[in-house]
Amino acid sequence: MSVTINDVKHISELAKLKFSDVELNEFTNQLNEILGYVEKLNELDTSNVEPLSYPVEMTNVFREDEATPSTPREIALLNSEDADEKYFRVPKVINQD
Amino acid sequence: MLPYKNHFEKLELIKSKKIDLVENVKYFLNRIEKEKRLNAFNFVFEEEALQSAEIISDKIISGNHGALAGLVIGIKDVLSIKDKPLTCSSKILRDFKSIYNATVVQKLIAEDAIIIGKTNCDEFAMGSSNENSAFGNVLNPVDETKVPGGSSGGSAAAVAAFLCDAALGTDTGGSIRQPAAFCGIYGLKPTYSRVSRFGLTAFASSFDSIGPFARSIEDISIILKSISGYDKKDSTSSQIEVPDFTKSLNLKSENIRIGIPKEYFSEGLNEEIKKSILELIQNLKNKNISITEVSLPHTEYTIAAYYILTTAEASSNLARYDSVRFGKRSSKIDSLNEMYKNSRSEGLGAEVKRRIMLGTYVLSAGYYDAYYLKAQKVRRLIKEDFDNAFSSVDVILTPTSPSLPFNIGEKSDDPLEMYLSDIFTTSANLAGIPGISIPYAKAKNGLPIGVQLLAKQFDEENLIKATKIIMELAE
Repeated sequence: MSVTINDVKHISELAKLKFSDVELNEFTNQLNEILGYVEKLNELDTSNVEPLSYPVEMTNVFREDEATPSTPREIALLNSEDADEKYFRVPKVINQD
Repeated sequence: MLPYKNHFEKLELIKSKKIDLVENVKYFLNRIEKEKRLNAFNFVFEEEALQSAEIISDKIISGNHGALAGLVIGIKDVLSIKDKPLTCSSKILRDFKSIYNATVVQKLIAEDAIIIGKTNCDEFAMGSSNENSAFGNVLNPVDETKVPGGSSGGSAAAVAAFLCDAALGTDTGGSIRQPAAFCGIYGLKPTYSRVSRFGLTAFASSFDSIGPFARSIEDISIILKSISGYDKKDSTSSQIEVPDFTKSLNLKSENIRIGIPKEYFSEGLNEEIKKSILELIQNLKNKNISITEVSLPHTEYTIAAYYILTTAEASSNLARYDSVRFGKRSSKIDSLNEMYKNSRSEGLGAEVKRRIMLGTYVLSAGYYDAYYLKAQKVRRLIKEDFDNAFSSVDVILTPTSPSLPFNIGEKSDDPLEMYLSDIFTTSANLAGIPGISIPYAKAKNGLPIGVQLLAKQFDEENLIKATKIIMELAE
């Protein structure tokens, strides 16, 4: 599988990242090199192997559904660059026309 | 030079008033100032450290103190300390302040450790050389033309240069063990889930582990004991009982069985490192320690599986840097989508973007099975290799790194070559097992050579026992 510059543009759209044409070319080459390297996993027959998503096997951890104090609103808003007393502010998302 | 070799000696000296804790903290603060060009610290907490020293000094003398009382420690800048900056060495978090303490930080404070500052690292812990930091790269105190290793390069350099007694780092694929090896100190990565990750900025959640750097195995043991254990704020943290690791040092260790994986001694390993480790193995045999060859047949697939899985997890974890609730926001915000894209593109560095791109690609429609699922299956094969090996040995001995510390700039243009420098360390994170790097020897040019020991999950005790045997040989 080889990645084209259009694939890289599409991925950057999904990842919400912007790149110049020079960067897009560089990423295309680097991703191809890295993906070429990881192709070696296909040397292994894994048809009868279960995927491992967690190295230490554990089952669901449940807790009692009890209300406990959470982070106060004014503390949660401290690190935002644009917030009023109650909310985080972002550019308008509803079309005006 | 310091009049003590480990924390137990330091405590005794403070108790008998042979050293003054405030003067000791001043000594480290002066060292930090004098060695500023190493760039080991992002932030130094001079005032608070001196205040704590006065309070804790009284506690020690009165005999009512925690296990780490007076231990001066640096914290990697990916861990939360309430009301202090938490930047992850990234531009996007340059103004971020933590609103709570990480559990490990809380535990250190509860045991009366003195936090002296936050250490430099690769951005979001992504890197093997500490060259990907918004605060600039860190110099290796042993040879300032070399990298200190990464991603916890600042923590390793700070401990090696006597800027503090110890430091905390994080290890997702070798980020504690490799810098420990490069700077000539001890670094331990605990079993996955042994230490709570609450308050650690996530990179790859099923790999990330927090652990100590120190100049003695005694200090490694006591810090490990203090930070381990179940935490209800991290539901993945283990409920398995934590042994008293400080007692592990005195356990009988002659009957320990050591395995040597043949795959770790293949081509690509620096000749001097190879020679040094083969000599160590011979010395262990001469001491009648049981040495067996073991096989980890899937070793050559570890880097490929590691980079698929960790970049996938990273691309998902780093989606939170959208500049809405926190993070530097771009001035170009004509629409919500533009705000996301511009803030992320301006705030994140090249290596972080590369990994987000790779991770997004392997998770994207049509490629998930070929890459992500395949790598998860290979992860099981790698873990089974270790399960098999540990059925006949207690610890596995390998080099920590295939190369000596490399030159600043040497690998920074070639991501794949940089990734391959983690070849001996990523396997422990894939398998969730603990590992330690021991400063065993020095190369002819004076650069440190690290020996890595690995043990089965939750068996840090055998790592500590085997370390003691090896260090007795080195003396």
